Amino acid sequence: MDATAVKHDRGKMCVDENECKGCGLCMEACPPKVIAMSDHLNHYGYKTAEYCGEGCTGCGICFMVCPEPGAITVMRLKAKAAAAVSGSGLEGANA
Amino acid sequence: MSSVIIPEYEVTHSRPNAFNKSYERKGELKHATHYCPGCGHGNVHKMLAEAIDQLGIQDRTILISPVGCSVFAYYYFDVGNVQAAHGRAPAVATAMKRSRPESILISYQGDGDLTAIGAAEILHAANRGENITVIFVNNGIYSMTGGQVAPTTLVGQKSTTTPNGRSIENEGYPMRVCELLATLEAPVYIERVGLGDNKQIAQATRAIKRAVENQSKGLGFSLVEVLSPCPTIWKMSAVDAQHWVRGVMEKTYPLGVYCDKTKDAHPRTPHAPAPPLSELRKIMGITSEEISAPEVKQEIAADKKKVDLHVRVAGFGGQGVLLLGEILAEAGLDAGMQVSWLPSYGPEMRSGTSNCHVRISSESIDSPLVALPDVLIAMNEPSLRKFDASVRPGGWVLYNGDTFPGDCERKDVNVLALPFTNIALEIGDARAANMVMLGALLEIADALPQASIDAALNRLVKSKKWIELDERALQMGRELYHEACVGV
Repeated sequence: MDATAVKHDRGKMCVDENECKGCGLCMEACPPKVIAMSDHLNHYGYKTAEYCGEGCTGCGICFMVCPEPGAITVMRLKAKAAAAVSGSGLEGANA
Repeated sequence: MSSVIIPEYEVTHSRPNAFNKSYERKGELKHATHYCPGCGHGNVHKMLAEAIDQLGIQDRTILISPVGCSVFAYYYFDVGNVQAAHGRAPAVATAMKRSRPESILISYQGDGDLTAIGAAEILHAANRGENITVIFVNNGIYSMTGGQVAPTTLVGQKSTTTPNGRSIENEGYPMRVCELLATLEAPVYIERVGLGDNKQIAQATRAIKRAVENQSKGLGFSLVEVLSPCPTIWKMSAVDAQHWVRGVMEKTYPLGVYCDKTKDAHPRTPHAPAPPLSELRKIMGITSEEISAPEVKQEIAADKKKVDLHVRVAGFGGQGVLLLGEILAEAGLDAGMQVSWLPSYGPEMRSGTSNCHVRISSESIDSPLVALPDVLIAMNEPSLRKFDASVRPGGWVLYNGDTFPGDCERKDVNVLALPFTNIALEIGDARAANMVMLGALLEIADALPQASIDAALNRLVKSKKWIELDERALQMGRELYHEACVGV
C-alpha cells in the first residue's frame, strides 16, 4: 500500500470527560461540525461533548469558546508529517 | 517500496499553565470549575491565563478576585491571589501595585461588584490612572445571589427584584462603564468586547492580552469590559445565551475601543517607596525623648525569656473589662513585645456583656483571637460560665465572686476566686476591681516589668487620683495572689 495515498486529518481534538459540562458551545462553534454530544453521563451527571473521530482541521476554535480551562485539547498534524501527505495542500495551512 | 507513515500530532491548544492542575476547592470537585455550563467567566479566565502565559508574567502576577461568582478565582489561577471585599478590588490593586511596582496587578470584577458597590473605587482608580489592569465581566445581573437587578441590567429585563422588567423610572438606565470612564483623562486603554460568537471571542482574547501587556509596559490604567453570558440566571441554554449577548445585549452596550492612548503613553514612573519606619520620627519632627525608639525596645525584648500569653477578660460593660485588656496590651507594647487587643462587645454601653482578647508574645502574633486562654479573668458569673471550659489545662481562672460555682470547677486549672469588687471598695472604689484582678494576673504571668505597667497606666488613665488608686489596686492584687496561691 502506498503511504502517500493515506489522507490524514489536519487536526484532532479530544474532550476530558471529567471537565466537560456539556454546554454545547464547542458544537455550535466548530466550523466543520465534527463535535457531537455523547449519549452517556460523566461522573458529575453531565452529558459531554465528544469528537466524531474525523474531519478536524485543528483550528482551535472549540478550545477558544470552551469555558472550562482544560476540557478541550486540540492537536495539529506536525508539519513534517503533513508535508509527506502528498497533494493534500496542507503545507500552507500548517505554516 | 511501501511504508506506513504514522501521523504525528502536536498539541496546539490545551490548558494554559497559569491554571492550577487541579483545584483544591472541595474533595469531589477538583477537575472542573464551579461555574455553570456555558458561563462566560470560564472563557475570560482562560483568556487571562493565556495572556499571562504568553507574556511570561506568571511569577509576578497578582490576581484580585472580587465578590460574586468569580470569588473563587484563587482556586484556579496559579498566581498570587488576594480576595477583596465587595467592590474594593481596584483599591486593593492600587495599594499592592504601589508597594510592589514590579508585580502585575489584575483586578477581576463582575458588574454588581464594579458598577454598584464598587462604583467609587473603579472611578477613582481610573481617574488616578493606576497602572493596573481591570477585567470587568458584565452579564447585566447579580448572578451569585440569585438574579437581582444590577446597574447594568437592560431596560425591560426581568430580574427577581424587577419582576416586570427594569423600568427607567424606578431603576434608571443601564450604566455604561466604558463610556463613563473614557471621559476621564488618565486611562490609557478601554475596550468593550463580547462573548457572542467566535469572532467576538477572538477579539476579546486579543483585548485582554493587550490590557495586561499595557501594564507590563508600565503605560497605565487599562480596562476591558466583557459582555458575558449567564445561562442560569437568564434561563437560557448556553448557546441561546451566547446569541443573546450579540443579538440583544450588544445593542445597549456597543462593542469597540473607547479609549486608546497607548501609542502616546509613556511608561509611568512607579511611585516612590514609603520611607523606612525608622525615619518616621524625623519626618514628623518628633524630638521628644518620651517616645523611645521601637528598635531599642525590640533588643530588650530579644534578651528576655519567651513569652506567649493568651488572656480573655470578660464581664459586664462598665466593669472596666476593655480597659483592663488595654492596659495589659499597652504594657506589653511598652516592654517591647508583640501584642494584640481585640474588644468584643454588644451595642449596649452599660450592662451588656463585654469581653476582650489580649495576646502578648515575644514572637509575631498569628491571630488576635484567644480561643484557649492561659488566663481567664471572669468579672461575673455569666462570664465564668461562658468561658470557663475554654481555659487551657494548667491555666488560670480569676473569678470575681465570694464562692466559685461548684459546677464550674475543673481539676486541670488553677482558680483564684475572691470578691475583688469588695476588696476594691475597701481600698477606695469598687470600680478598681479590674485593677486588683490585673495585679493578680501580672503576678501569674510574670512577664511584664513594673515600669511598663506604670507607663501604660499613665498613658491610658487621665486622672491623677485614679492613677494613684489603680496603683494601689494593682499592688493589692499582687499581694492577694501571693497570700492565696503560694504553694499551688
